[in-house]
Amino acid sequence: MKPAPFEYDDPQTVAEALDLLARYGDECKLLAGGQSLVPLMNFRLARPGRLIDINRIDSLSGIKRDDGMLVIGAMTRHSAVEHSTEVAGGWPLLTEAVGWVGHGQIRNRGTVGGSVAHADPAAELPAAFAALDATFRVQAKRASRLIGWEQFFVSEFTTALAPDELVVAVEVPRPQPGVGAAFVEYARRHGDFALGGAAVTIKLDAGGHCEAVSIALLSAGPAPVRATSAESMLRGAIVDQASIRAAAVEATRGLRPTADLHGSTEYRLRLLQTMTQRALIKAAERAKATP
Amino acid sequence: MTRKISIEINGRLAEGEVEPRLLLADFIRDVAGLTGTHLGCEHGVCGACTVQLDGRPVRSCLMFAVQAHGHRVATVEGMAPDGDTLSTLQQAFHESHALQCGFCTPGILMSMEAFLREEPDPSPASIRAALAGNLCRCTGYQNIVTAVRLAADRMQSS
Repeated sequence: MKPAPFEYDDPQTVAEALDLLARYGDECKLLAGGQSLVPLMNFRLARPGRLIDINRIDSLSGIKRDDGMLVIGAMTRHSAVEHSTEVAGGWPLLTEAVGWVGHGQIRNRGTVGGSVAHADPAAELPAAFAALDATFRVQAKRASRLIGWEQFFVSEFTTALAPDELVVAVEVPRPQPGVGAAFVEYARRHGDFALGGAAVTIKLDAGGHCEAVSIALLSAGPAPVRATSAESMLRGAIVDQASIRAAAVEATRGLRPTADLHGSTEYRLRLLQTMTQRALIKAAERAKATP
Repeated sequence: MTRKISIEINGRLAEGEVEPRLLLADFIRDVAGLTGTHLGCEHGVCGACTVQLDGRPVRSCLMFAVQAHGHRVATVEGMAPDGDTLSTLQQAFHESHALQCGFCTPGILMSMEAFLREEPDPSPASIRAALAGNLCRCTGYQNIVTAVRLAADRMQSS
């Protein structure tokens, strides 16, 4: 037995979970897929006094369309997103991003809501949601609210969620027709945390000018980063090698990714530029191929 | 505080009264007595403890036993049809020398059995990608890829 002892509840409904969160707040931790929390507990780096396991709440899983938007329930497993034809058809950036999450065995348990609430700066889905301007549906016993990705991700492993709040779903707006998207990252080994990565969407006009673009970076700072100045540089410009290269350099301006065993800050900046460049090239090719 | 739980493992009910912090892997080994499931890293990296939960491979070191209450679990002990015969995949591992020390093998068999159900005619590249979640420090993986492909051939022709 590895983890320290804890009290355990497994509510069957969202209302029961919200009751428990209202009662215990800071003393408890929500257990979603557990693929990040349980390793921390096995090492006893995390010792929550109480776990509220939301795996038995069926209404929190599922992928559906709502008024054109994609709505992904918080307890939807990564593998369900990976294999969803709905997601692949309208939001291929998510299909591509989720394939980079851990390994198949991890994706069978890990959840979309767990990934965003954990807010690991190297995580794939938060960056993809940033590129797609997603919004999180959050509930507490006292009130419900919508939080845009930009307000939601505060810092490393830190979100705008209050201790009594639960992420119930992610809303992803439908990309415009003709948008091309790409997700690329680099990790030392398959399934490891990304040393750097980029999630990109781009739309071109008939003359090859950039009509709309979004560039989000992972492992670039304490939270997912949108490279807004690089986006405005590219908007209206002819999308070619030179403009893509310039935008990729601009995307990392002002960033200071933390150096560690696997790479210095300088290395990581170069890596982020390369990832941005590759993602832009791939996304632009796909935009051209999309009717 | 303990909980009474029952988990269907390889078609048989395993019951126990356990602390919520008991990992599924430890329930399988210590309560159900099925020690074919091995524990390597105990933080989800090595894949040795991989079992199938409702038919899908998962890390049994990253789940609590209480979470599997009412669910179906498959472990390596359930693979062989009887005491004298190996399953097609196990037989292919045996013949292709796809194991040396054998510590990682139960997890790899659990992953690959589910993989072949989803992808009955996989390319070597696809087998390698599916193997990425299981570490083996003996074989160099070459013979594991060969064995999975051999099993796929035999399953398709039978």
